[in-house]
This record gives sequence, C-alpha cells and structure tokens, in this order.
Amino acid sequence: MDINKIRAGFPILQRKVNGKPLIYFDNGATTQKPKQVIDRISKYYLEENSNVHRGVHTLSQEATDLFESAREYIRQFINAEETKEIIFTRGTTESINLLATALKPWIVRGDEILVTTMEHHSNFVPWQQLCEERGAKLKIIPIERNGELDLEFLAKMMNPYTKLLAITHISNVLGTINPIKEIIKIAKDKGVPVLVDGAQAIAHTKVDVQDLGCDFYTFSGHKAYAPMGIGVLYAKFNWMRRLPPYQYGGEMIEEVTFEKSTFNELPYKYEAGTPNVSGVLALETALRYIDETGINAIAKHEQKLLKYAEEKILEISGVRVIGTAKEKAGALSFVVDGTHPYDVGMLLDKMGIAVRTGHHCAQPLIDFLGLPGTVRASFAMYNTIEEIDIFAESLKKTVSMLR
Amino acid sequence: MKSMTIQEKQQSIIEEFSIFDDWMDKYSYLIELGKELPAIEEKYKDSQHLISGCQSRVWLHAELKKDGKIYFSADSDAVITKGIVSLLIKAFSGHSPDEILNADMDFLEEIGLKEHLSPTRSNGLVSMIKQIQLYAKVFKLKENR
Repeated sequence: MDINKIRAGFPILQRKVNGKPLIYFDNGATTQKPKQVIDRISKYYLEENSNVHRGVHTLSQEATDLFESAREYIRQFINAEETKEIIFTRGTTESINLLATALKPWIVRGDEILVTTMEHHSNFVPWQQLCEERGAKLKIIPIERNGELDLEFLAKMMNPYTKLLAITHISNVLGTINPIKEIIKIAKDKGVPVLVDGAQAIAHTKVDVQDLGCDFYTFSGHKAYAPMGIGVLYAKFNWMRRLPPYQYGGEMIEEVTFEKSTFNELPYKYEAGTPNVSGVLALETALRYIDETGINAIAKHEQKLLKYAEEKILEISGVRVIGTAKEKAGALSFVVDGTHPYDVGMLLDKMGIAVRTGHHCAQPLIDFLGLPGTVRASFAMYNTIEEIDIFAESLKKTVSMLR
Repeated sequence: MKSMTIQEKQQSIIEEFSIFDDWMDKYSYLIELGKELPAIEEKYKDSQHLISGCQSRVWLHAELKKDGKIYFSADSDAVITKGIVSLLIKAFSGHSPDEILNADMDFLEEIGLKEHLSPTRSNGLVSMIKQIQLYAKVFKLKENR
C-alpha cells in the first residue's frame, strides 16, 4: 500500500484549515472521497443520466444496466447469496428505520428486543420507539468497563420472547470490534434473528454476510469513501418477502387500481421513489477502490495508526483512553482530565486537526461511562504516522493552554 | 464617574481583543477570562437555568436589582464557552432591560469569534444571547405591571 499515492488520490487532503495543512481524523463521521468516486458522479450526470427501470429508450436502459450491475457488485462485495437481498437506502439510519417499520406487525405485546449499551442512536431509538408502540420490552445488554460485551451475559438475556438482537459490528465511540460471528452464533442457537449495524465496519474490515450468518446487515456509503445519501440494507430474502413495504410509490408498485395496489418483488418492494442512481454507481466505485487497495492492507495500516496514536497520546499526562477492548478498529476516544472535550476539539481545529467531540450520537453509552463526552480521533486509509505525531504535539499544546 | 454604556463596553472588549494577532493568544486570553469568571451559586446550576447547547452546558442566572438593572451570573463546563459567556456578562450585566433590548448583539463577530455563533459549534452561544434578551423582556414586562 503506497500511502503517498493514496493521499494524492484524495483532492481534499491538499486543503488548509486555519492556515494549517488539514489533518482529517473525523473519518468515523464521514470519510473523504477519492477522485474516482467524485468523477463517477460527474460522469453519470455528464453522460449517463436517465431514470432507471421501465424506460424504453437507450439512456434509461443503460442507466438501469449500470444500476443493477452495481447492485450485483455490492452483493459480491459483502458475499450475499442473492442480488435481491441488496436493498438501497439513504444510509444506515434509514435502513434501520425501514426494518423497524417493516417488522412492526411481527412485534407484539410482551416481546423483547435486545440492543447493547454501545449502540448509536440510529440503532437504538428506532427499536425504543417500536417497543413503546407495540408494548414490547427493549432490553439493554451491558458492557464491561473496557468496552467489551460479556457474551455469557448476552446469552442469558435471550429468551423465547426475544424477537431481535440489534447490535453494532464496531462501536463508533469505543472502537470495540464485537466478536460478531460468535454473537450471531449464540443468537442463532437461541432462535433470535440478528441485525448488524456495520456503519463503522465496512471500510475497516472484511464483511461476509454469509459467513457471519446474520439476518440483516447495514452500512452507509459515505463512511466508506462513497457519497452521502446512499446506503445498503442486506436482508435475507425469506424475511423481506414476508414483511410489508416501508414506503409506497414509484418502483415498488406492481399494479394499482382505485381499489387496491400490489407490490413489486424484492428488492424493489423496498425502493420506493426514484433511487439515488449516481450514489449507487459511486458506491460501487468506492467499494471497488477499497477492494483494489485491499481491505487487509487497509486494516493493517489502520491498526498501526490506532496503536501508535494510543501510545502517543498516553504520554500526555491526564489523558485517558475510553474503550480499551482487546480488539479495536477505527476510533480512538479519549478524555483529558481537567478539560472539556469541546475545548480540546476547538483548539485542535485551530491547529488544522479535525476530530469529533461530544456524545457521538451515543448518549446512553456516554451516560453509562459518566463522561461529558469524549474527543474522538478516527482514522482512514489515507492517514499517516506523521499526522499522528503532529496531532500528539498539538494535543500537548492544547492541554497546556487549557490547564 | 459616569458608568459605561453597553456600546462603550462592547467597544472596549473589541479593543482589548484587537491587540492579539495570533489565535493562540486570543484563545489563551479567552481561557483566562473563563477561569476568572466568578462562580455562579450552586443552586442556579439546575435544569431551569441550563441553556440547551449541544456539547458544553451553560447555566445562566439573571436578577433584577432595586436599581432597575439586570445582573447576570453564569457558568459552563467548558472553559472556552465560559470565556465567551464572561464577555457577554461584561457587556450586558448592570444594565436596564431597555438598554439590553436595544443593544447590538453582534459584537462577538468583530473580535473574530464568529465561529462560535455557528449553530454547528453547538456551544449554545446563540441560545445564550437569546436567553439574555428573554430575561430583559420578562423583567421589562414585570416592571411595567
């Protein structure tokens, strides 16, 4: 992996912020986009734009072919069994809302849905609302102080009333990589279906949904070098074929009369309205880019960054790393005793460093940890050891200003 | 000695800041102001006095004294935010409701702290200014009754 070549492919990395070269460590929120992805969007609008499906003219057929072959590529990328199991959404949040809506009739009073303490609001609130509406119980799987799940406890929380386990693959705050395959196996043995929130995983680790054995897996394109506004819900055919639609109109319709409507087959049943075609094509480009770079090489590089960054910031007195699971990826959260995350983030920004501060849309977790928030540095393939050196120096300066 | 108007106070804050040409000095000063801000009475650090900013919490208390002027006190868990609050207090504390309601609220932009006014910074500064004005309005109504 040639890091200089990679960096040269991301135009925004040449930018300066507050007069300093940009150091972008907010990849957990969204990654920057390589030139190929940006070009793919403009190519679509310069040469290929047309509405997909049902058009008889050439442009429409071409756009449809491109759109459907992108779906097929994405199927391969996550190794789903069938192309119709790939549903395009706006992103992880919409995927989970879609699923929570579609599952509504299936959840009845007394049922239970399991989530963990480390969930993002997007994999928490839809289930909380669903449970409230249906008289079901939302049960929260606790975590250990280091940010790991206790699998024995997790197993004990499942019972015949458990209708779903909704769990993140990698924590956006703590960086914990959950032993997701093992967890899915525990759930399967108890007959509990599993939704995996892969938003923080897809750009950092190999995802093979058949190998994992989950019922549902979701991710957003924009956290994996693709544009915003496109995401994927992988859902097993046998599930979605039985569940009701989520939104109505457009491509999801089969036949409509004044009295009645019937709905299109999968995946179209869940893709109401004109889809984000350029987003889908650019998502394919982004995933191909990951594949060409090599997910294992990327993971290895990012692991090196994460370990190095952790070592460097721990040299600064008062720094505490939040989330010390054995297996971590992507995110490094920390607090500095005697400082507020907001102040640290503001001053780092002045030095050209983009980090995220606050609760990271995981308030229940932050409350559980008893913190006002954390500072989070999160890495991508284009980040470097040199950037971490500058970051650590800047953090040192920041801390001395604040104390 | 005649006391300063809000406008004069704002002008003097702007002048104070104009000597810093480097962001670090400016922020160091802001942090210093934040640390020096007199503590708010603990009982006012409750949800009633909390201004909903997303990331750092700010508590603002106001009191109309017999001289017909409003006195503010405040606190925040973030020190930069506290520094900014202290500038607001410096400018607006000790003035009548009418003076506050007629005052220009944009003086922070002139000292290059505009970024804190952006809602994405989520420090609740905009809500803080609104809250100061709201206190002034409420006290004015009470006075006129």
